[in-house]
Amino acid sequence: MTTYIIRRLIQAVFVLILVTLMVFFVMRLLPGDPIVIYVAQTAQLEAMPPEMIDQLRQQFGLDKPLHIQYINWIGNIFQGDFGESIFYHEKVGKLMLEKFPVTLHIGIVAMVLGAVLGLAAGLLAAIRRGKWLDKIITPLTYIGITIPIFMLAILLIYSLGLKLSWLPITGYTSPFEDFWLSTRQLIMPVICLAVFSLAANARQMRSSMLEVIAQDYIRTAWAKGLSERVVVVKHAMKNSLIPVITLIGLGVGMVFGGSVIIETIFAIPGVGRLMVSSIFGQDYVVVQAITFVMAVIVLLVNLIVDISYGWLDPRIRYG
Amino acid sequence: MVEEKSITGFEEAPPPLSEWRRFRRVFFSRGVVVFGLIVLVLLLLVAVFAPWIAPYDPYEMGVGKSLENPNAQHWLGTDIIGRDTLSRLIYGSRTALMVGFISVGIAGIFGIPLGIIAGYLGGFTNSIIMRAMDALLCFPMLILALVLAAVLGGGIQNVIIALSVATLPGYARVACGVTLSIRENDYILSGQAMGSSDKRIMLKHILPNAFPPLIVLMTMQLGALILAEAGLSFIGIGIEPPGAAWGAMVNTGRNYLRTNPELAFAPCLAIMLVVFAFNMVGDGLRDALDPRLRGLI
Repeated sequence: MTTYIIRRLIQAVFVLILVTLMVFFVMRLLPGDPIVIYVAQTAQLEAMPPEMIDQLRQQFGLDKPLHIQYINWIGNIFQGDFGESIFYHEKVGKLMLEKFPVTLHIGIVAMVLGAVLGLAAGLLAAIRRGKWLDKIITPLTYIGITIPIFMLAILLIYSLGLKLSWLPITGYTSPFEDFWLSTRQLIMPVICLAVFSLAANARQMRSSMLEVIAQDYIRTAWAKGLSERVVVVKHAMKNSLIPVITLIGLGVGMVFGGSVIIETIFAIPGVGRLMVSSIFGQDYVVVQAITFVMAVIVLLVNLIVDISYGWLDPRIRYG
Repeated sequence: MVEEKSITGFEEAPPPLSEWRRFRRVFFSRGVVVFGLIVLVLLLLVAVFAPWIAPYDPYEMGVGKSLENPNAQHWLGTDIIGRDTLSRLIYGSRTALMVGFISVGIAGIFGIPLGIIAGYLGGFTNSIIMRAMDALLCFPMLILALVLAAVLGGGIQNVIIALSVATLPGYARVACGVTLSIRENDYILSGQAMGSSDKRIMLKHILPNAFPPLIVLMTMQLGALILAEAGLSFIGIGIEPPGAAWGAMVNTGRNYLRTNPELAFAPCLAIMLVVFAFNMVGDGLRDALDPRLRGLI
């Protein structure tokens, strides 16, 4: 197990280096000079003498060769310095500290719901295969994986927000300020983010449960006279969880991708909305930092998933 | 004396169903799959013959009054500047299909060879290629597409590039995995023994055998790509006005939910139907080509 973890860690470090290279060089491929963009947004470009632009270039370290810039960038990140936003005139690190908790709050609630309900739904559909419960759950999961996230959002806004006026249609409040309002505002965005992973988890759980149920050791368990609960929970569920865990790990990426759309629709001041506004505002320091942090989170979660995978299934560890 | 039935002495098995007949039998056995296929064929026809089918010019303002509800002249009503929604919906199918098919093609052309090379050569090459793919996979698809589209600038061709890059690692991974198992076959060894070059083995032996899972993946990806394109154009990146894209139609339509809900819901339903159809046909292809892939793709 230790060798397996060490091997996975070394791989992860290597992937992390590649991620930094990708983020850094893609942002350097930008059309246009970052200094010109910076100047154009802060002051009048024409009024700025070329010497001052050169001075700024020096100040931001953009006159150095590319590999030195890269090393400086990495060094700064390790010190928690992600640069300064052109648009907000604030440290990007501070900006992200404000915005990431909002996105993670919604995202984690959605992921937990998607995992728990998805597993339960898949389990029920599998053990009641072909019965009415399966006939309801399975078509619903098809809808769940095909419905565009913004369609769900608009449907919810239209029905629960506009027609019934049950829920507020925009905004975000910290649960520490006003828990009740926060929860009410959270319901629609969380549903939108959770539905895809819920449906995907349910489908995966159902098919892997069906596969496990057909195994000999399940028949043995039944033959021993064990109760349904013991057979299902102890023997079948444990073994069919393995492929589902990978899917849950992939869900992090889906949550970040979805947050871009959801936070735009519901006017939630999270990192997804910051991303969109920074892209339109050409605030590339922010875009670079957010992309990097998201990729690192995805990398870490998948590392944890991989390690737990190896822990659950020895065949993978030694494979 | 017993009459010999065959060389081996056993009763001969009935002639196996031809591959194609078995494929057809499984593929057409499920209603939803056939439904998906019909939807896709119709969609393809609509996209190709859009100029003849669309009742109005999708870009012309004022073919109706502003924000008309559905009526006999405008089956799905009109938008704020009096453009016919049905016509825009029909032209939007061109955008969706074009982005979907071209992106899948580009991602496949680059991703599949990378995966086969990584799987066949193994060792250091494998590590380099697959870790790069892992790194690419760390970026959520929509985020990667958003950043690339922003870096490259809007426009449909850049959306296609962005989505191709974002989906490329999926093909490389599957191709690599399949190659690893195909590589163990004796016919590969015999090819090597006869002195075939690596390139020849990869092209003539591995690629054709790796094809079934890849074609399934491509079909499934088409649905995901159309969803992603809709997401991008919903945010406002991608096709530029006055071009018709379903996602963008939803985004403008959502401002008129109270009076004209069909403006947002019609393109939403179109997206859903298409994605559903691609998923179903992908499912059917998987079951017909290789049922062992169930749960993997």
